[in-house]
Amino acid sequence: MSERLLTIDNLSVTFGGLHALRNLNFHVDRGEIVSVIGPNGAGKTTFFNMISGMVTPTEGDIRFKDQSLIGLDPNQVTARGIARTFQNVRLFANMTILENVMVSQHCRTRQGIFGALFHTRSFKREEEEIRAYGEEVLSFFGSRLVGYRLHQPASVLSYANRRRLEIARAMATRPEVILLDEPVAGMNPKESEELTGLIGKLRDDWGFTIVMIEHDMGVVRDVSDRVVVLDHGETIAQGSYDEVSTNPDVIEAYLGRPAEEAS
Amino acid sequence: MTSVEHNLQTPELAPARPVLDQDWRRIARFGAIGALALIFISLTDMPDKLDGRMIVEPLLSMGYFSLLWVPFLFGNLVTREVVLEGMVAHRKGVRELLAGALVGLLSSLGLVVLIYLLDTRDLSEPLVNWNSDLHTVLTFGEGNGYGMGFWIAVCVGLGLLGGLFHLLPRLVVQPLKAASIVVLGAVVLESALNDLSEGFGLESLFESLFKKGSDRGGLSVTGALVLAAFGFAWVFVLNAQVAKGKQVFQQAKERNRSATMTVSSVVGVALVLILPMYLGRLTNDLLVNVGLFLLLALGLNIVVGLAGILDLGYVAFFAVGGYTAAILTSPSSPGFSPELSWSVAIIAVVGMAILAGLFIGAPVIRMRGDYLAIVTLGFGEIIRLTVRSDWASGVTGGAQGILNIPNADVFGLFSFKGTDPQQMLYLVAAFCALAIYVSWRLENSRIGRAWMAVREDESVAEAMGINTVNAKLQAFVVGAILASFSGAIFAAKVGSVFEISFKILISIVILVVVIVGGMGRIAGVIAGALVLIGILGGPNQPGLLSEFSEFKLLIYGALLVWMMLQRPEGLIPNVRRSRELHQDEFLQDAWLRKQVDEDEAGGEGEVAPA
Ligand SMILES: Nc1ncnc2c1ncn2[C@@H]1O[C@H](COP(=O)(O)OP(=O)(O)OP(=O)(O)O)[C@@H](O)[C@H]1O
Ligand SMILES: [Mg+2]
Repeated sequence: MSERLLTIDNLSVTFGGLHALRNLNFHVDRGEIVSVIGPNGAGKTTFFNMISGMVTPTEGDIRFKDQSLIGLDPNQVTARGIARTFQNVRLFANMTILENVMVSQHCRTRQGIFGALFHTRSFKREEEEIRAYGEEVLSFFGSRLVGYRLHQPASVLSYANRRRLEIARAMATRPEVILLDEPVAGMNPKESEELTGLIGKLRDDWGFTIVMIEHDMGVVRDVSDRVVVLDHGETIAQGSYDEVSTNPDVIEAYLGRPAEEAS
Repeated sequence: MTSVEHNLQTPELAPARPVLDQDWRRIARFGAIGALALIFISLTDMPDKLDGRMIVEPLLSMGYFSLLWVPFLFGNLVTREVVLEGMVAHRKGVRELLAGALVGLLSSLGLVVLIYLLDTRDLSEPLVNWNSDLHTVLTFGEGNGYGMGFWIAVCVGLGLLGGLFHLLPRLVVQPLKAASIVVLGAVVLESALNDLSEGFGLESLFESLFKKGSDRGGLSVTGALVLAAFGFAWVFVLNAQVAKGKQVFQQAKERNRSATMTVSSVVGVALVLILPMYLGRLTNDLLVNVGLFLLLALGLNIVVGLAGILDLGYVAFFAVGGYTAAILTSPSSPGFSPELSWSVAIIAVVGMAILAGLFIGAPVIRMRGDYLAIVTLGFGEIIRLTVRSDWASGVTGGAQGILNIPNADVFGLFSFKGTDPQQMLYLVAAFCALAIYVSWRLENSRIGRAWMAVREDESVAEAMGINTVNAKLQAFVVGAILASFSGAIFAAKVGSVFEISFKILISIVILVVVIVGGMGRIAGVIAGALVLIGILGGPNQPGLLSEFSEFKLLIYGALLVWMMLQRPEGLIPNVRRSRELHQDEFLQDAWLRKQVDEDEAGGEGEVAPA
């Protein structure tokens, strides 16, 4: 069995009385692709916000490589090796595409004001490195984000390309785990099929471990090693896609109770 | 798509609209605004006060100009057609002339009513400029009938002219614009030009253009005509040359281009080195003020323009620089008086600026947006009031300030005399050059990108691994250091510091310079400082148009509002900022130029459920 990367112990979060997450237990091993599914408002995004340090849990513990993440700022979590994308694409819209992937390497680089002012040799080397690495992650998506695009602002990109750039930006932080929040939302079937393949590659070629929130069950079926189902902040099922998709609780959560039982 | 492209090249015009197909409400609105503007300007007493400054002697003074532009501009704007995507502009005709004339007429009624009221009522109690002087200026001392008739005729004429501008072909409008810019520019720069001509021994040229021996300044009629002709020539001859040069520059290889940049910066540096020798005292002094504010504005540009921190208490760092230099160098500073040389003191100034930046920055930097603005506003005042307080007056001199600040000497090698504007100009220019270099290098670096990311979206920047508190603090401290340099030079220049020199108004003026110039753009900030501080003057310093000093803040405010509405990206915009503010237009343009990508898979198949 491979190394356990992320362990979530008995995690709860409440927003003024609303239990967004309740007693959640969860783990991710290195090299896995885990999908988190659940109806709208189930608490999936909250779950990501908590791992990435944007929301503090009321109870419980998050451990990454045996160190607790509780109390860390989002930038420290990213520095530890967990990167994320956002459900409602949040790029640095007025920075160029290249700058978007350069700036997200911030926590992997050192140069400060001194190097910038005097253009020291190490400053130039570092700039060259992050530029090269930035272009490398961008070319993961073929020719769409490179070439003349490099110096265009992110705001001119199409919706699908913005989503791709978000993933590239997360990759550029050189993480071990990438959290993808609905990566194919808003894409057409052809595009989501392609991206599904790329998610597989993220693990196989780049060695990232992936946790993905997704509504598109086709995508979930195609790439996940394991599926976790949340409903009303609670885990209602875990297991392989086939196990989960036939689980009566899951069907009930998605389709609602059969009418006669509900009444 | 093809038809759109076609339109871009040869705009087709829809037939002119019938004369009476007017937007009457718009005409009434513009007329009313024009009338109110004329009354307002009259009651600020601009026509009277500025009558002492001529544009063309003896035809036109700035006082009358302050009124005349109103009917012209509104007469022009009333029929400005906004052409949206997919719409076609109409051919212009008599309709536009009529609308312009009507707006002119309605505007003139404002002055007619004012003249009547000035004559029959006395409202000098609330309206201090309500007096017979104003009446005389408006009626030319020839009685109500003459005054009213004059303004009606002139306003209608100017409104008509405004409308006519829509009809004239570009080939006529452009030279006219250029000619008026050249003439107005020459008038505005009159005293600087006078200085320069004396420096270069070209008095005869100056005197051939400007009216001799007139204490009200202004061009002579022939001078105005010569300059207007020059404006025309510019458009027809030089414009084409400049455009060609630009094109060559843009097509030049990267390497050649940077060579050109080097050459032009060398020329710039040489100009800064040589020019002060030929300029007179007054102009040099004015440029020193511009430099001091430029230094401040460059610092604030890093804080507001790059990192997006709206710091309204920026003057605090100017004060820290000024007082630190004063205390350390002046022999008569109370309490603590080490009498260091200025160049040693400047090191302490940097240290104090860093401390002050951290001290003010640390508590406020976690706040965002408006909250931060308000808290920094408070800190700006707190620093000034602390300096003044009894508690600190043992060191800072309280309201008495610190006097006898010696010249700025540099390691005993060289001394910049505070009373000699030429020497001060070299000193301030050196620091401005340093600030420009720092801004330029930081903008294109790891930390500069982090600042921009924070400005774009702070929480995402944080999630992408940027320690936003650190990044913002660094921006704050760099800005503080640049401001403190300005303060230290200011202290050495004036020879004394008083707490009243560091009022909140300075913060506001610097912010206006940055906004009007173009936030986040170095060239914009330089242009903003030259135009605002150089021409209109700083909070306590007169500019080239010293007659305007009373109306300076009014014009600042008007300019700021106008800028925010019409050109939020500033005089010389930062490409990024302007994109941010004109997102839609930009996307449209980009689409027309086929730069926005369309999803490659095409429309077949529906979008996956969200
Ligand atoms: N910051 C917050 N303050 C208060 N309530 C919140 C906050 N964030 C989320 N919630 C609530 O927590 C619940 C879970 O929200 P969450 O965004 O995690 O759902 P989700 O599973 O991601 O849904 P979707 O599929 O629509 O993205 C919702 O009821 C939401 O309104
Ligand atoms: Mg969600």
